[in-house]
Order: sequence, then C-alpha cells, then structure tokens
Amino acid sequence: MSKGKINRIKDKAFGILGLVATLSGLIILAFFIGQILYEGLSRLDLDFMKDLPSRKPEKAGIFTAWVGTLWVLVMTTLFAFPLGVSAGIYLEEYAKKGKFSDLLEINISNLAGVPSIIYGLLGLEIFGRVMNLGNSLLAGSFTLALLILPIIIVATREAVRAVPNTLRMASYGLGASKWQTIWNQILPASMGGIFTGVILAISRAVGETAPLIVVGALAYVPFAPSGPMDEFTVLPIQIFNWISRPQHGFAVNAAAAIIILLGITFIMNGIAVYLRNRWQKKINW
Amino acid sequence: MNRKKKEKIIELMLKLSGLITVLTTIGIIWVLFSESFSFFKEVSLVEFLTDDQWTPLFANKRFGIMPLISGTLLTTTIALSVALPLGLTIAVYLSEYAPNKVRDVLKPLLEILAAVPTVVYGFFALMVVTPFLKTIFPNISGFNALSAGLVMGIMIIPFVSSLSEDALRAVPKSLREASYGLGATRLQTSFRVMVPAASSGIVVSVILAFSRAIGETMIVAIAAGQQPRLTFDPFVPIETITAYIVQVSLGDVPHGSLEYKTIFAAGMTLFVFTFLLNNLSFWIRKKFREEYE
Repeated sequence: MSKGKINRIKDKAFGILGLVATLSGLIILAFFIGQILYEGLSRLDLDFMKDLPSRKPEKAGIFTAWVGTLWVLVMTTLFAFPLGVSAGIYLEEYAKKGKFSDLLEINISNLAGVPSIIYGLLGLEIFGRVMNLGNSLLAGSFTLALLILPIIIVATREAVRAVPNTLRMASYGLGASKWQTIWNQILPASMGGIFTGVILAISRAVGETAPLIVVGALAYVPFAPSGPMDEFTVLPIQIFNWISRPQHGFAVNAAAAIIILLGITFIMNGIAVYLRNRWQKKINW
Repeated sequence: MNRKKKEKIIELMLKLSGLITVLTTIGIIWVLFSESFSFFKEVSLVEFLTDDQWTPLFANKRFGIMPLISGTLLTTTIALSVALPLGLTIAVYLSEYAPNKVRDVLKPLLEILAAVPTVVYGFFALMVVTPFLKTIFPNISGFNALSAGLVMGIMIIPFVSSLSEDALRAVPKSLREASYGLGATRLQTSFRVMVPAASSGIVVSVILAFSRAIGETMIVAIAAGQQPRLTFDPFVPIETITAYIVQVSLGDVPHGSLEYKTIFAAGMTLFVFTFLLNNLSFWIRKKFREEYE
C-alpha cells in the first residue's frame, strides 16, 4: 500500500473515531436520563409534589424542597441581576483602561474559577455569623448571588460590547447624555445577550448543592419557608439526602426529584438558547 | 447641572457594583486566612503538611492534609484521563471534520453535560456506575474513587471540548488551507498545524478542566466515600477536600471549635490549588496568545 493511501485511511479512521467520541458523550447522557426516567417516573404524581418530608419513602414528598428552590431562585435573581448588569456596564462603558480596570478584570476571572464550596465557607462566615443571618434563605441567596455574579458580569460585557459604536455616536450626536445612551439605546440592544447569560447563571444557581450545605441549609425542614429569614431546603439537597439513605424507596424518590430538577434546568437552558438564536437573527448590524 | 449630578451618581453606583466583586475576593481571602490562622495556632503547619492521617472527628485527632489531597488528586486524575482524550478528539472532530450543520447541533448538545447539576451525576455514579463496575471488579467497594472519577470525567468533557474547539476555530483559515495545498490530509493538518497553532488555548482549557475537577464536590461526596486515606488505589473509599467540608457541614459542629476550623484550613488548601491553576491559565493566555495578521 502506498503511503498516501495509508494516510487517507488514517484520516477516515480519525473522522469515524471523532464521531464515535462525540456520540458516546451524548449516548451516556441519554442512557443516564433514560435510567432516571425509568426509576423515577412512576413515583412522580401530584401527591409527591404536595407532600412534606417523611421517614417513610412512599409518604415523603418534595413540597418543602421545591418551594425552597423557588424562593432561592427569585431572591438570588433579585440580588445578582441588578448588581451583575451594573458591574458589567461599568466595566464596558465607563472604566478607563488602566490599573483599576485590569484589577477588576483579573479579579472577576479569578472569582469565576473559585470552587462553589468556597463560596459556601464565605457565606457561612460573613452572612451566617457576621451579619447574623444564620442558615436562612437570605444567607443562602446572598451566597448564590455572589457565586453567579461573575457569569452575569461576563455575559453583560459581551452583549454590550457587541453593540456597534455607530449607535452610541448617533445617540450622542442627538444630544443624549452617557446614561441616556446606555439606558435608551445600548441596554435594549443588548438585552438578548444579557438575558441569555442571566438565565444560564440562575440555572446554575438552582442546581448548586455544596455551598448551601456549607451555609447550613437543612436536609429536613418540616414546613415550607414563608419568609426570607426562614430555614430552608432546596431540591438538590433533598436529592442528596435521599441518595445517602440505604432504603431503595428513597433512591426512587431521588430519581423522581431529579426529573423535576432536570426539567427546570433543561427548560431554563432551552429558553437561553432560544433567546440567543432569536436575538442573533433579529439584529443584523 | 442637575443632569450632570445625576450622571455622576449613576456612574458611582455602577462602580460600586463592580467593587462588590473585589469585596467578594477580599471576603473569601479574609475568611479563609483568619479561620486558618486560628487553626494553625493549635495545629502546627508541619503536622498539617506532613502527617499521613486526617482524623479530626475521632477521639485520636490527627491533622495531616495529605490524605485529603491524595484523594482529591486521585479522583481528578481519573476524571482527566477520561475527559482529555475524549474532549480533545471531540474538539478536533468538531472543528476539522464535522460539517457546519452537524457541529451546530452537536456542540450545544454536548454542553448539556456541563449544565446537569452535579448532585444528579452523584446519583448516576452511586446507583449506576458503581454497580456496573462491581460486575467487572468484584472486590471494588461500594464507595470508591474510580466511579466518582469516571463520572466527573464525563461531566468535564465539554470544558475541554468546547474551549479547545473555540481555540482551534480561532486559528486563521489560511493556515489550514496552506496545509491542504501542500497535500496534507485532514488528520495531518489537524495534528501538525492546527493543534500546535491552538496549543495555548488548548492548554488553558485543560487547566480549567483540572481546576474544575479539583473543586467538584457533590459527585465525590456521594460516590467516593468519607474515609481519608493516603492511597492511590481507585477501588477503596477515600475522601476529597471538598467531601470533607460537606461531611463536617452536615454534622453539628459548634462554631469556634477546632473541628469547625478544620474546614477552613481544608478550604484554604483547595483555594490555593485552584487560585494557582487559574492564574497559570490567565498567564498562558496573555503570554502565548498567537497573533495573526
């Protein structure tokens, strides 16, 4: 066989290998979701959503967990969204190139790489003890808000940067101030990208377990929280707790709760992808 | 005049939001340092770094961090030995072989792997992978580093594949076309031209995956066990730094006790590792950024 022929065969072989590698990742994912559905789907009913935690697996439900997750989702968004977008706008539109903006930039990329459990230690000490919030929803939401702040900032910066300069110039030319330009032109034009990033960040927060365990969120909460100072649990912690128990009934419960958690995650990611595609198509500078 | 004042106030508020990120960093460092400092008042740094036992929750307390580090490195090594070959193959395939339409479908699908909450992967490792491994290795423990590491490897595939693919795509087309023009096959072009040209981006993706694996918590807390031991045997229960912090947080450890302080000393160790890795990747990106005309 000639050398060229061997090279062509190698080339083809790698193409197949690459496809197999890519598909194997997806097949594992599909197999895994199939397993979860098989284990948990039959357990999923209205009572499971409405029931409080219990020592008997067939009586236990995820009511306190999903209400807690909902609280955390809303409160984390309330803190992280305005802060992250403001910081992103500042960095992109106001900060002058120099030591301070370099420092902020390195700092944000470092924060994005800090393991989530470290944020838990921060929350435990600062929010839990120094600010005396204990293991309340407020302490947990503050912690998660700090955790997702870098993601929102980076997404905001990219979205704002993508707005062409002509838009700014035109707005200034008409006599608008800097803030008027940002508020009336740049933000509406970059909303798609910003929302995409924010939704992805929140979906990350909803799936987080470790930092909330460290802050002191409990596995067993007898009642659903009714205010920001209440103790709480969330879906991932409930799942973790059920996985840790020996009885098979709890594993089934965990699978059923995972279906709900994955449902939330996938819906949020789907919305983010949809928004990104829609905005990309609509705006043609 | 009024308008100018308003503009100034808005700018100040935006700047303060940016400063929150600096405060977060200061907060993290302060919390870790101050609690670790009072930990090291009671336990010597030499014991912490050299003792081969970690038993702060037992009657006979020993405070050697090495077993937790070895557990962390063991699961991380297993994860990377899954994620690196697969992730890089996928990156080269998506960038050099796959038609655009195929890539546009496959890449976001693969990224779902990174969006799945880690507690879900923990379930997968404990309930599916470990029983499967038991059929191949009958003497494997119910909790082990192998299962947790393998599943963690699957989770971080997109970190390697997506970032490396971005790096490959950032290489100018002209390089690829020149190589084809010289008669090279796609495979030769991929590994002799494109991969070397994108090497700094690929190395960065690997470092970030490494850093991510070190800090991963729930998979190892669920599937790898809670037995700190200085070993590289993947079949026995071990404990990682992160899993130890979870273990203590789940229990009722009073504030200010030595046990309470251990999680900050452990967290400090973890933070130092990831901080060094992140800055290494930052430095490589700045230093070796390929500039093309």
